[in-house]
Amino acid sequence: MSLSEFWFILITILFVGFFVLEGFDFGVGIVSRFLGKDDQEKRVYINTVGPFWDANEVWLITAGGAMFAAFPHWYATMFSGLYIPLVFMLLALIIRGVSFEFRGKVKDQRWRHTWDWAMFAGSLLPPILWGVVLANFITGMPINQDKEMVGGFLQFLHPFALLGGAMFLFLTITHGLQFITIRTTGDLQERARKLGQRVTPVTIVLFLAFIIIAYFTSDVFTNHGQTFMVLPILAWVALLFANLYNAQKMDFNAFALTTVTIILLTGSIFIGMFPRVMISSISDAFSLTVYNASSGGYTLKLMTYFSIALLPFVLGYQAWSYYIFRKRVKQEDELEY
Amino acid sequence: MDPLLIARLQFASTTIFHYFFVPVSIGMALTIAIMQTMYVIKGDDRYKRLTQFFGTLFLINFAVGVVTGILQEFQFGMNWSTYSRFVGDVFGPSLAIEGLLAFFLESTFIGVWVFGWNRLSKRLHLASVWLVSIGTIMSAFWILSANSFMQNPVGFEFAGDRAQMNSFGAILTNPHLWAQFPHVLLTSFATGAFLIAGISAWKLIRRHDVDLFKRSFRIAITVGALSAFAILFTGHWQAQYLVKSQPMKMAAAEALWENSGDPAPFTVFADINTEEKKNNFEIQIPYLLSFLSFNQFNGSVEGINELQEQYVEKYGPGDYIPPVTTLFWVFRIMTGAGGVMLLLGFYGMYASRRGKLPKNNLYLKLMPFAMILPFIANTCGWILTEMGRQPFVVFGLMKTEDAVSPSVTANEMLFSLIAFTALYSVLAIVTIYLFARHIKKTDHFDTDLPTASDPFDRKGGAEIVS
Ligand code: HDD
Ligand code: HEM
Ligand code: HEM
Repeated sequence: MSLSEFWFILITILFVGFFVLEGFDFGVGIVSRFLGKDDQEKRVYINTVGPFWDANEVWLITAGGAMFAAFPHWYATMFSGLYIPLVFMLLALIIRGVSFEFRGKVKDQRWRHTWDWAMFAGSLLPPILWGVVLANFITGMPINQDKEMVGGFLQFLHPFALLGGAMFLFLTITHGLQFITIRTTGDLQERARKLGQRVTPVTIVLFLAFIIIAYFTSDVFTNHGQTFMVLPILAWVALLFANLYNAQKMDFNAFALTTVTIILLTGSIFIGMFPRVMISSISDAFSLTVYNASSGGYTLKLMTYFSIALLPFVLGYQAWSYYIFRKRVKQEDELEY
Repeated sequence: MDPLLIARLQFASTTIFHYFFVPVSIGMALTIAIMQTMYVIKGDDRYKRLTQFFGTLFLINFAVGVVTGILQEFQFGMNWSTYSRFVGDVFGPSLAIEGLLAFFLESTFIGVWVFGWNRLSKRLHLASVWLVSIGTIMSAFWILSANSFMQNPVGFEFAGDRAQMNSFGAILTNPHLWAQFPHVLLTSFATGAFLIAGISAWKLIRRHDVDLFKRSFRIAITVGALSAFAILFTGHWQAQYLVKSQPMKMAAAEALWENSGDPAPFTVFADINTEEKKNNFEIQIPYLLSFLSFNQFNGSVEGINELQEQYVEKYGPGDYIPPVTTLFWVFRIMTGAGGVMLLLGFYGMYASRRGKLPKNNLYLKLMPFAMILPFIANTCGWILTEMGRQPFVVFGLMKTEDAVSPSVTANEMLFSLIAFTALYSVLAIVTIYLFARHIKKTDHFDTDLPTASDPFDRKGGAEIVS
């Protein structure tokens, strides 16, 4: 395996981590304003992700930094090419991020409503946009011989991309609801389960439609042979079982399985792109690949040392932080933040 | 409109905005860690209250620092894709390592700190705030290593039309980095310290919890005064380094059109005429520029016009003169602010140690206004650093006009500029509102230490309303 291939794997892992971890943050951010009947209850829901969301977001930031370092062309083409979607994503991430902090600072109905809305909108938009981006990863984007994207941003909003947006939105909501079930108790937990029962079937249908269309319109799931189709299918099956476990109140299993779904989905898309990192819809020859988009050997080697030395610590203390806050959030707790 | 202009405006405004919050985070994290350490060691509850009082402000500030940082991370790819392709190999690793080493650390432990008050042992909880502080400092180091590469490119070779790293050691030992990092670190400490001192002074004037805020004032003003003193040396060191590495920047900051002659005088005031490339009028202090540049009272400094000729010879035809008037004044505002901070800091340190503070109202009344000085100086400092490097984006290697994304249209950029400016304005207003609200509150603390029993409070509790 060459170093650039290794870095592709690492960046895939960073994105998978981001989607899994921020996935439930987004889900919680979307549902908390509807599930919580009063301010206190909303706060409980929000606090299920309170200590974690910032560190979860850093998975994206680090993925961005790693792309910049290991595949400068990927970083440059993707972020300048997807300019407008990215602007909206950043606006959303900004208002969501501050709403965690600002919301509780003033005891006033209107104030809290405003920031609840900010959290809702800021959590809603990013999964939709990431769904659109993933769909465009699959179909390819108009990249020319200079590695630049051509054409306006409306072209990214084709029907399959919109399906991708809807699918990913519902997937994060399902995932977020499962997360709530393992972080709360009593009535609040029950409500999340019930909503999960209503939402997950929709997710299941959208997911199936998404992988079927992807199968027939692109080579992403079959690039390395038909057998790789098992990955998205397993992802879908995991979702089915998550729904069953949810019905039986086996919350940990259900959450584990929605996690599996996201890992397999994201993983299969990145595997299917490989060795391309961005597929050109103009010509195969213009696609960015791990070979023509990567940095020099020196940088890759250096980064490899750093990541191998640091990642275990990062994973270790993040896991530790989940461990110390493993106690379920209750209404009786001090909920200042 | 010209996409280049919009991209520059956007970079300048978003970075300056990010940098309002950054030094506060770095400085306050340290000061709060010190306060909490005192609490843990002395077991004195007053320090816990201070930690929590300033902790709330710190968290509001930190949140805005974080969200504005996310934009920074992606902005290079969005608006400066040609630049990103060119330097990614050398510039990217710093950002990636910053994420792995610093951002993960600070973001994880800030969560642990906020939610861990009652869940962790005292020492573990204290460790988490120190880890946040260390995280912010490491983050500054790594981003500055990237910025230093742009100021003084080292450790690379050309591979086709891209710069490729060939020595990480050279990146880490970049002399520019070691001139810049101490300056940034100390100015950040000073920023946080002046903020805390200003707020404490405001509280002292209003006689809120005098016993507490006397303490925070003393801690903060000590940090502030010592930092301001050290900044003199780091700034001086940077200026000396600049004369060698980017003489044009220094000459512009001095509005020095022709060679200075030996010894070189320092220009305090100048009426700059950029059309005719001369100063209509100037006030000068003899010897001082020689001292600033070379640490001795002789030596001549090269002027802009000569440097322009040299640069043309070296880098090809073009205009290499950065905006002289702006650079001249931002340099003076920064150093002037530093001077005022130094005076206020040392006087405050002296007065608070002598126990003269509660009576010394004029000084206390000045301090809330002095909070703004470091913000002005920081902004001026970055404008000096970044604008003084123009027309280059990577000094000597790539011009700013060649760095911008070719695939992004002016309208798209304009849209994002307007959207971010609007959102940032709202953020600024809300942040200031929340700060003011929190500072004005009188009931931060539970009842054990009521304001009414305050020894310095002459009027009695009933009249204490803000
Ligand atoms: C001297 C220090 C310094 C400078 C010059 C910059 N930053 Fe910054 N940045 C920080 C110091 C910092 C900080 C102190 O670490 C943060 C954490 C909280 C805060 O207020 O600032 C921060 C937050 C922060 C974050 C969010 C991290 C998180 O989620 O925890 C990102 C992605 C960036 N920054 C990226 C950048 C980029 C790409 C910059 C270059 C233009 C930049 N920063 C300039
Ligand atoms: C540590 C990272 C950086 C920091 C803290 C920083 C800071 C700043 C600041 C404060 C300004 C405003 C100065 C002014 O108004 O002229 C500025 C301007 C600018 N910066 Fe940087 N910068 C950084 C890195 C970069 C990078 C990577 C680029 C690459 C594209 C860049 C390009 C520019 C440009 C084009 C301007 C506008 C210059 C002008 O208006 O004259 N900077 N930067
Ligand atoms: C008191 C005398 C001071 C001197 C002689 C001084 C000198 C300098 C110089 C020469 C630079 C440009 C470095 C470059 O372009 O590479 C600089 C940058 C800067 N200064 Fe100062 N400075 C002083 C005070 C301050 C103060 C009080 C603050 C803020 C509290 C401050 C904040 C900054 C910042 C943020 C930068 C940009 C980052 C950097 O390049 O280091 N400075 N300073």
